[in-house]
Amino acid sequence: MKVKGKVWKFGDHINTDDIIAARYLNTTDEKELASHCFETIRPEFSKKVKKGDIIVAGENFGCGSSREHAPVSIKGCGISVVIAKSFARIFFRNSINIGLPLIEIKEGDEINEGDELEIDFENGIIKNINTGKTYKFQKYPEFLQNIINAGGLMSLARKIIE
Amino acid sequence: MTISQKILLSHCKDREIYPGKYVECDVDLILANDITGPLAIEEFEKVGAKKVFNPEKIVLVPDHFTPCKDIKSAELVKKLREFSKRHKVRFYEIGKVGIEHALLPEEGLTLPGQLIIGADSHTCTYGAVGCFSTGVGSTDTAYAMITGKLWFKVPSTIKFYYYGKLNDYVGGKDLILYTIGLIGVDGANYKSMEFTGPVIENLPIDDRFTICNMAIEAGAKNGIIKPDRITEEYFKGIGKDIKIDENLKTDSEKDYEKIVEIDVSKIEPQVAAPHLPSNSKSVREYENVKIDQVVIGSCTNGRISDLRKAAKILKGKKVHPEVRCIIIPATQKVYKMALNEGLIDIFIEAGCVISPPTCGPCLGGHMGVLAKGEVALATTNRNFIGRMGHPESYVYLSNPEVAAASSIKGRICNPEEVV
Repeated sequence: MKVKGKVWKFGDHINTDDIIAARYLNTTDEKELASHCFETIRPEFSKKVKKGDIIVAGENFGCGSSREHAPVSIKGCGISVVIAKSFARIFFRNSINIGLPLIEIKEGDEINEGDELEIDFENGIIKNINTGKTYKFQKYPEFLQNIINAGGLMSLARKIIE
Repeated sequence: MTISQKILLSHCKDREIYPGKYVECDVDLILANDITGPLAIEEFEKVGAKKVFNPEKIVLVPDHFTPCKDIKSAELVKKLREFSKRHKVRFYEIGKVGIEHALLPEEGLTLPGQLIIGADSHTCTYGAVGCFSTGVGSTDTAYAMITGKLWFKVPSTIKFYYYGKLNDYVGGKDLILYTIGLIGVDGANYKSMEFTGPVIENLPIDDRFTICNMAIEAGAKNGIIKPDRITEEYFKGIGKDIKIDENLKTDSEKDYEKIVEIDVSKIEPQVAAPHLPSNSKSVREYENVKIDQVVIGSCTNGRISDLRKAAKILKGKKVHPEVRCIIIPATQKVYKMALNEGLIDIFIEAGCVISPPTCGPCLGGHMGVLAKGEVALATTNRNFIGRMGHPESYVYLSNPEVAAASSIKGRICNPEEVV
């Protein structure tokens, strides 16, 4: 699988309140959550983001609460993948479980806002079309890849029910 | 092995485990609230699940936006209520409900050696009584409600060893704020934090709850304290006679990834400035910060001993005329105890308002949301941008005594100033 998209840059310790403020947690509707994504720290984000765009962030992305509404709202915006130096634990598992791809690389600082990236998941390669640089990334451990291949955690649950 | 690893091992089929290994474990208790529960129920129903694996092991606690702040939140709670009726799952109605992480231990639902998951990041609180408890998402919760199982990556453990004599007005909140300041908001990401040493061994249970509650603010998977005499006494107090498994301890110093030693005699009451819990320093550094609101409550500091500490400071005093002081007993039981002990009287005489048990303002939900430019000092756990309301409002974090004293002065202060 390959994806291509424009970069939105974020810093370190972007927390789940930044991603979706608690005042919008009185709904579970993906579209509505998406319309308030990053509203507190980047009010223009949800209006300008395009399908396939990519988030590139610093350390500890998604720290804070367990609200799955955070990755749901990001996915609802059409973001194809989140790249960060590191991810907070609960955000990481929530994203795996709902099928929002995450990539961990340490070279995020070399990527600029608005750059176009091409990501080759099969071979674990990110190509920055603007700078020409490429980055290798670790694929998921087999255990997690099985969850992803199954189509998320609930697809596994469905198999168990059947 | 460490305590945390032993609990995981005892709940999975694997013969051996090691940090970094992925395992599927049986869970003893599953918790969800009015924000995360409805999403879990939607996932549960979407895959066509007809029944939960075990109704007795699931608890739904509508505590975040309750008593319901608006129509949408009422709809979410309704969803929980109906699900609980359909599947005979425990549900806490208004009048019985309290803040989940104070309520569940009080109800005797969290026991040493158990593996507990909750769709709330502060589920790590129950490590205070020797559980491996950890926050997960709504999809995790749905999966576990169906199967009784969930996947985990086995964490390594960092040992925190606290020694020395505690200073006045320094308690569990100050120890954990100081610790997060030391290691940072991702200092324990994916890891277990084990709190040990002579200070912890003598620390009251409520302070232990506060410490383990905020392990997540350092990114930890769980926080844990070896169950001991104090744990046993706590359970006796809630009418549960338990015998602690002697094996529920870390075997060797070599089992830890790292050991951090902290001399508590150097720790003064702590205040964490906006916008990260790791911005913690001595209260003296922030003494000129004027405040508009004080919140004393939450899953971090809304227990009876927290209210006792606040009342001791506020007794016979008045809240500053330009400060709103909101007191939130974490559960109905805490509320009743506070009433019987005369604490509520002290708070009302001082000019505080008493809220029903709710997470409310901690996450900017209701019962004390901040306007643009306003500053709050709260005994809660997070001070992220806009956490308590307007994106341009500011939250400082402290213990209940500092919060109470500051409500009198109208600015952040050391309790020494008012006693």
